[in-house]
Amino acid sequence: MLITCPYCGPRDVIEFTYQGDGNRERPDPASQNFEAWNAYVYDRLNPAGDHNEIWQHSGGCRAHLRVVRNTLTHEISSVAFVRGDHTSIARRKAEGKS
Amino acid sequence: MMAEYSAFSLLANALKGNKDWKPAWRKPDPKASYDVIIIGGGGHGLATAYYLAKEHGITNVAVLEKGWLGSGNVGRNTTAVRSNYLLPANTRFYEHSMKLWENLSHELNYNVMFSQRGCLNLAHTPAQFDDYARRGNAMRHLGVDAELMTPAQIKRLIPALDISDSARFPVIGGLMQRRAGTARHDAVAWGYARGADRRGVDIIENCEVTGFLRDGDRVTGVSTSRGDIRAKKVAVAVAGSTGRVMQLAGIETMPIESHVLQAFVTESLKPFIDTVVTFGMGHFYMSQSDKGGLVYGGDLDGYNSYAQRGNLPIVDEVMSEMLALFPGLARVRMLRSWGGVCDMSMDGSPIITTGPLPGMYLNCGWCYGGFKATPASGWCFAWTIAKDQPHDFNAPFTLDRFHRGLVIDDKGQGATPRLH
Repeated sequence: MLITCPYCGPRDVIEFTYQGDGNRERPDPASQNFEAWNAYVYDRLNPAGDHNEIWQHSGGCRAHLRVVRNTLTHEISSVAFVRGDHTSIARRKAEGKS
Repeated sequence: MMAEYSAFSLLANALKGNKDWKPAWRKPDPKASYDVIIIGGGGHGLATAYYLAKEHGITNVAVLEKGWLGSGNVGRNTTAVRSNYLLPANTRFYEHSMKLWENLSHELNYNVMFSQRGCLNLAHTPAQFDDYARRGNAMRHLGVDAELMTPAQIKRLIPALDISDSARFPVIGGLMQRRAGTARHDAVAWGYARGADRRGVDIIENCEVTGFLRDGDRVTGVSTSRGDIRAKKVAVAVAGSTGRVMQLAGIETMPIESHVLQAFVTESLKPFIDTVVTFGMGHFYMSQSDKGGLVYGGDLDGYNSYAQRGNLPIVDEVMSEMLALFPGLARVRMLRSWGGVCDMSMDGSPIITTGPLPGMYLNCGWCYGGFKATPASGWCFAWTIAKDQPHDFNAPFTLDRFHRGLVIDDKGQGATPRLH
């Protein structure tokens, strides 16, 4: 299985760390909504078909990626940076950030 | 009930040209309604049907299987049976299973080839050995057999194992459960299927559930590829497919991820290892089948999958781990590999419960460990369906335990769908 990292290009799955269901929302750290915390920690969407999931390119650029992958075929239909606001080093440099 | 298979029936049928054997189960068409529908014709579903009929006298039961009987995990596992857990809830449940295993061939009148050849967990660090001593003591406290072994004893038991100081991860001891072992996995499915069938259960193959019939919240039956079937009680025992089946009932999220686990078998060898051995510094387990092939596996591929096939990094990892323990196997050829879809729960323990909807019963979350649980899973699930409440053995295995802070986390690792 190859994942095409937007920064590094196509790389073997062995370079990536899987972080699971990308639909979960982490509650505000100060939140005392136990149901929301329980759902965040334990509950998962587990579809047979397209799955929105998070991977980290831990053996490469270390970026966190949002991947849409079909769990029946392992086919990957999209890969994007999780946070669009620092999509590349080039852009950060262009904006004068280190 | 007179034994259908015996030395006498073997001889009598041999003399008559083997023309009079009955198929082990019928191929009935589905009826319009049943008392109980069990979704999933794997080991757990078939065992549930068998114990419903035998222990509770409920025989108006259908088992619905989308493919052929035993086409899922009951025929894809590495056949190990053990009850070497740390926490009492797990130990009691798996020990109940072990006791059912010990009489299963006799009970089913079907040779499941249960072989109590032992299961040895290797320790490679003093801390790990201490941990095994703790687990062994916990087991013995609850009446389960466990013994610590020294490297010299281990070498006598498994001569091919590299226990030298120059091994990549030297073996410093191990935890042995002698009553653990292996069984012939297909025979377990076939034996339960025949036992259920002969008591009147309809086993309906090639019948995929496509939806649930509802009366408000209550589940009143299922839609299938062979028409609608109504039932007073609908039981779900679909292992790796739990997520997709529960979505059909409108339940989107579960404390479960489906992952692919690969397994491997080598060409046949002469007797090489007569126990089940597990590696403590990675994740690897191996035994030798009666045909002579080494049957082994390791870790999950590590991402959600319903594909029943895996990728190469895990193949490489498993082979490396095998050679770290058994350098002498370097030139043995791998014959086959395959994948099964595991329903990985967030605490590594199963779920056998009433609900989550009225009229529904749920059996899932088996992680890697479903095969050894087959008899007790069916026994407890049948009890839960028949009496609308759990037996003491499965009372801790609720679905809501995750939200109530009552997780059964045998490894003490916290919430992750990678435990077993």
